[in-house]
Amino acid sequence: MRLILHIWRQKNATARGAMARYEARDVNPDMSMLELLDVVNEELMLKGEEPIAFEHDCREGICGSCGFMIDGIAHGPLPATTVCQLTMRHFKDGQELYIEPWRAKSFPVIKDLVVDRSAFDRIISAGGYITVPTGSAPDGNAILVPKEDAERAMDAAACIGCGACVAACPNASAALFTGAKVSHLGVLPQGQPERHERALRMVRQFNQEAFGSCTNIGECEAVCPKQIKLEVIARLNRDFIAATWARR
Amino acid sequence: MQLDSRVPTGPIEKLWDQARFEMKLVNPANKRKHTIIVVGSGLAGASGAATLGELGYNVKCFCFQDSPRRAHSIAAQGGINAAKNYHSDGDSVFRLFYDTVKGGDFRSREANVYRLAQISVNIIDQCVAQGVPFAREYGGTLANRSFGGAQVSRTFYARGQTGQQLLLGAYQALERQVDARRVTMFPRTEMLDLVVIDGRARGIVTRNLVTGRIESHSADAVVLATGGYGNVYYLSTNAKGSNCTAIWRAYKRGAAFANPCFTQIHPTCIPVSGHYQSKLTLMSESLRNDGRIWVPLKAGDKRAPNQIPEAERDYYLERRYPSFGNLVPRDVASRNSKAVCDEGRGVGETGLGVYLDFSDAIKNLGASVIEERYGNLFEMYERITDENPYQVPMRIYPAIHYTMGGLWVDYYLMGTIPGLFVTGEANYSDHGANRLGASALMQGLSDGYFILPYTVGDYVANSKLERIDTGHVEFAKAEAAVAAMTKRLLSIKGHHTVDAFHKRLGHIVWEYCGMSRTRQGLETAVQEIRALRDEYWKDVTVTGSADDLNQSLEKAGRVADFFELAELMCIDALDRNESCGAHFREEYQTPDGEAQRNDDEYSYVSAWEYQGADQPPVLNKEPLHFEYVHPSARSYK
Repeated sequence: MRLILHIWRQKNATARGAMARYEARDVNPDMSMLELLDVVNEELMLKGEEPIAFEHDCREGICGSCGFMIDGIAHGPLPATTVCQLTMRHFKDGQELYIEPWRAKSFPVIKDLVVDRSAFDRIISAGGYITVPTGSAPDGNAILVPKEDAERAMDAAACIGCGACVAACPNASAALFTGAKVSHLGVLPQGQPERHERALRMVRQFNQEAFGSCTNIGECEAVCPKQIKLEVIARLNRDFIAATWARR
Repeated sequence: MQLDSRVPTGPIEKLWDQARFEMKLVNPANKRKHTIIVVGSGLAGASGAATLGELGYNVKCFCFQDSPRRAHSIAAQGGINAAKNYHSDGDSVFRLFYDTVKGGDFRSREANVYRLAQISVNIIDQCVAQGVPFAREYGGTLANRSFGGAQVSRTFYARGQTGQQLLLGAYQALERQVDARRVTMFPRTEMLDLVVIDGRARGIVTRNLVTGRIESHSADAVVLATGGYGNVYYLSTNAKGSNCTAIWRAYKRGAAFANPCFTQIHPTCIPVSGHYQSKLTLMSESLRNDGRIWVPLKAGDKRAPNQIPEAERDYYLERRYPSFGNLVPRDVASRNSKAVCDEGRGVGETGLGVYLDFSDAIKNLGASVIEERYGNLFEMYERITDENPYQVPMRIYPAIHYTMGGLWVDYYLMGTIPGLFVTGEANYSDHGANRLGASALMQGLSDGYFILPYTVGDYVANSKLERIDTGHVEFAKAEAAVAAMTKRLLSIKGHHTVDAFHKRLGHIVWEYCGMSRTRQGLETAVQEIRALRDEYWKDVTVTGSADDLNQSLEKAGRVADFFELAELMCIDALDRNESCGAHFREEYQTPDGEAQRNDDEYSYVSAWEYQGADQPPVLNKEPLHFEYVHPSARSYK
């Protein structure tokens, strides 16, 4: 099959970017989106042109490195799928695709489809952990965790930090990402001692990074490749409000 | 080169206690005066950097990804072993130790493996306390499963994402130290050289992958936790960025490289579907618990699987290994798949695949039971291949998955260059010639959380380290060499891309130094690799410039190193005139085709020493002694 690709090219953080048109022939339906870009890049390099920069690593949908907008949808049309696992059989012969980097003030473009997501690391650094110095832990079975809570924690902990939620949100809010970590740690007994402080600190950093506020639109949940539920945002809000009152 | 393993003497169960007691301590007030560099932020790197930070050292941690959370440890599915014996099913530290030494086909160091088994229990405690959401029983206790043919239930897991959850635990611990300003994180930064001054590792030279700047960092000790080198084969289950550059450049600065030919091939991966393919996807080993592996009896039989009658199918594992059947260990299963494909009986378009058939299991247990057990894996398979494994058999083929070889380390995880520590998959230490399932995560965290923080302190306390900063002439020299290599790669402007060369290299290594090896094949491989490497340096094309984000330049440097490593792997495989674990030399097999180990002549660790660009490397041997687990032949008949 054949595809027409319009891809955002931007030399560096300060340069002006623009869409460029590429034609991909002999597309195999089993190829992933990233393999399609590999093939386009091989051709570009043989012509002496610079390849399209895009982020990727595991190509199994777990590392969270990859991600871009396809026709305005973060990670493309297939639900619960990162672009590395999105195969070409989901597109039609001759289809035109518009590929752009994540668009958010907090995720500045570095080059082409590569953006800077270090704001996520800083939110985790601000409080997204349980303080337990190495060697100070009690026996694993000393802390009983109801199966249901372990499952709920795992649902939230499945977040891969790809940034699709921010890119999809009209406010460019990182509420789903932050809520996922607050929920993961907050539903576990181990996470209770720091629960309030964690919510306060993470939200403070969230605001400093200039992410927008959550207005319950739900685009984040719709594009999340790991199907993190909006419920985590409710939990974030609840913990944050409880913490604020507790402080008074 | 003298290889001193520095294993303390005494009963094996007391060695680590004794070693820890004998280690010198660094005064808490002095720790912050010592800078420790950690390269890599996977399980071994992140856990090591976080713990060293907690202890008060000034830590600098480097990773090439945009965030430490992306390291390839994240992709591990199955689980992590620990000798907790929570099920009273007969597990113990000694049994985990025994299984690991035996599974490694008697090519690992007993003292290290015993310590790993001891520490395994502390790892689980640490991770639970961090909030890793391990699977639980209804009563709230930790759940376990048996894995990889183990006869006890000792594997802890978090759905099929155990690696992800353990890594996030370590990453969060690391970020806590970043916030405390004990660790400085350098993401998007690649180590390109090790700086050795007065015989000690004193720093590294890096390239900032966004600005292209070459920078120097000095330290009192350097830790390499940079993972394995499976990508030398081009196609592997490794992440695309995984590479050997850090350990390879350390090797060229004098660190011995141990057992490079020990590379593990996982039997159940999704087969290659086309030339554009960029990586291989693993399907969990657990599928072999219910799936039956077969190929057509006749070569060249192109009928659809459901049109091949029972009598014309060959369930070759069940036929050859009646007692273990489809559950034979990874190396045996992989080799047999290759053998039937070599006979022309492989399935799928490429002929490089075998069927993994669930129809009997569905008939016996019902589709709902199979869905409960493997639903997510079936879904993943269908997502990639567009075939429904409930209706047609899966097609699988072996793929490179893990490298047991790596830089040589002593009991203290220090390489042959004083001050250079190597942890996780990057070192060779604990898995011998074959790694057991669910042991990689255990080793990475054991090294990082519980061994390195002690041994680095001991080194720092025992060494008179002069103050050295990056103004030292050795840094300038290393920076110049790195810049020159970059410039050279950009100036060739040839006719083939880096990936095109990498694919050709991968093909050679897979063909001759993959699942089975012969003297003649390996000799051919060495010649072909050298010829291709010469061509690479004359005809590769790398576009763009050295001073911005340039992904093809990054790859070009890594592939240049893979060329050199590939040759060393073949040289190592040529030296080892025996079959053991993952290393199968066709000349050394029993009459019925099983691996034949030669303990009299090859019970040693091969530690290769670099001699210069065009000189053959020198082989140093660390003899292996087995006092507790007696070498025996592995038999699965």
